[in-house]
Amino acid sequence: MNRLQHKFFIAFLVVPSFLILFAVVFYPFVYNVVISFSNMNLRHIKDWSIIGPQQYIKVFTEPTQPNFYVVFLKTIIWTVVNLTFHVVIGVFLALLLNQREVKGKPLFRTLLILPWAIPQYIVALTWRGMFNYEYGSINLIITKYLNLPAVEWLKSPTEAFIACILTNVWLGFPFMMVIALGALQSIPHELYEAADIDGASWWHKLKNITLPLIRPVMIPAITLGTVWTFNNLNIVWLVSNAGEPSDQTHILVSFVYKAAFNLYRYGYAAALSMVIFVILLGFSLVFMKKTKATEAAY
Amino acid sequence: MALNSNSKRVFRLAATYIVLIIFCVIAVYPILQVVTISLRPSDRLLSTSLEIIPENATFDNYVKLFTDQPFLLWLWNSILVSGVVTVTGVVLAAMTGYAFSRFHFIGKKFGLLSLLTTQMFPATMLLLPLYIMLIKLGLINTYFGVIIIYSATALPFTIWTMKGYYDTIPTSLEEAARIDGCNQFQAFYKIILPLAAPALVITALFSFMTAWAEYLVAAQILQDSKLWTLPLGLKSFESNMSTEWGLYGASSIIVTIPVVILFLALSKYLVSGLTLGSVKG
Repeated sequence: MNRLQHKFFIAFLVVPSFLILFAVVFYPFVYNVVISFSNMNLRHIKDWSIIGPQQYIKVFTEPTQPNFYVVFLKTIIWTVVNLTFHVVIGVFLALLLNQREVKGKPLFRTLLILPWAIPQYIVALTWRGMFNYEYGSINLIITKYLNLPAVEWLKSPTEAFIACILTNVWLGFPFMMVIALGALQSIPHELYEAADIDGASWWHKLKNITLPLIRPVMIPAITLGTVWTFNNLNIVWLVSNAGEPSDQTHILVSFVYKAAFNLYRYGYAAALSMVIFVILLGFSLVFMKKTKATEAAY
Repeated sequence: MALNSNSKRVFRLAATYIVLIIFCVIAVYPILQVVTISLRPSDRLLSTSLEIIPENATFDNYVKLFTDQPFLLWLWNSILVSGVVTVTGVVLAAMTGYAFSRFHFIGKKFGLLSLLTTQMFPATMLLLPLYIMLIKLGLINTYFGVIIIYSATALPFTIWTMKGYYDTIPTSLEEAARIDGCNQFQAFYKIILPLAAPALVITALFSFMTAWAEYLVAAQILQDSKLWTLPLGLKSFESNMSTEWGLYGASSIIVTIPVVILFLALSKYLVSGLTLGSVKG
């Protein structure tokens, strides 16, 4: 075999992708680092200059309403609550669907995947309509069938935040369900038969066979899900209509988007982006090291 | 004893069905909401009724989309952009994933890790630098700009998916093909590529979805309304002084149908394509 030919073949496979990624991802990333050390904003859009780490200092100290720490805390709550529901609902439904006796699996699976198939901006605007105080179906159901008072979903900070979370839980469980289903299907049935012979209970089989065996698949999915949820701009931005009421409903990414594209504070937004990136990178490294998730991948 | 365990099983099965049906209703209900809105006659868009098929249901909104609105143009634009992005995405991910799965080369580990790292970039971080770059290159209001950006967006995830799937295909297949006289490239695309069909399907689906449902990037780059893709068109119903809920609902349904059909047709592959790669060994 010709070594040069072999090298050429590898380059042929890899180079086109990385050229595009370089142009669209890596180069803009470096550019963003530069902007984060500059004073670029609406007034200094062409004549910007490097001013050092001031934007980073602003990120942590500026008394914006709400300030960085409040938004950060909300982002953590947002991520943890969403992921918990995604994984618990997803694995639970996958376990139900994976029973041999259940008929009509393709139909159930199909209907349950639907939330994932709808474009996110349509999901967000639809749920926003459903949370409407007067005409939204959620309040109509609450008042007509449950005889409870209507809720001002979009007008108060806590309720608006809950509305965003409900929307995103609905949107996110199918992904985890699909992943868990795939993992469940790969577990050899003999394991359960052996456990049955030993008289193991349902709970023991779940704890000692099912969960440990789907873990290697779920851990990377959870890592990815965490990062995607932490970074999910669409839902929070569109359900709360850009952070309403009065910027109380923000997670970090929507806060950045507001700073960059509504307030034109480019330097500040770039610095805040970098802070978010470092937080996520740190989280992922620690999480994957602890769980040894990617070890098998090389 | 036998009867007891039997009735227990029946009870458990019944409970399973009930829970599954409840979750299906929750999953489908918001979509039915959009259907309802799209069928409402224009004089009763704000209604406090919970009926799925509204009183005096009408297809007026659908008709209006095609007669009064440039909906066909947006549809065509979206098909064009999504089509090119899908083809580009599949070709690139299939090739690069293969290299990462089969060969050792300098920078392989670094390449894989940097792909993973890009997933941690905040959604908005690259938007501003890209926007400035595209202005400098004169690519604002061109499809070239959006197509390149969309192709790259899904790429890190799809390369990983492809790599994971190739890893499950034994290398002995290529060795056999080589002995039979195939060269490296032929062994790849004649033998391995067809076997990787489930992962290719996932890659195509993800690439397509990236382009079909993307709003933020398109809004910055495609400012000329002749170039608008569907999400931009839909948003324009919402951003006027009063939201055109009827048109919005009708177009949402039309936008969603192809994606739903794709998902349903491919849902069998979704399960194997996404997870097989990570359950090996």
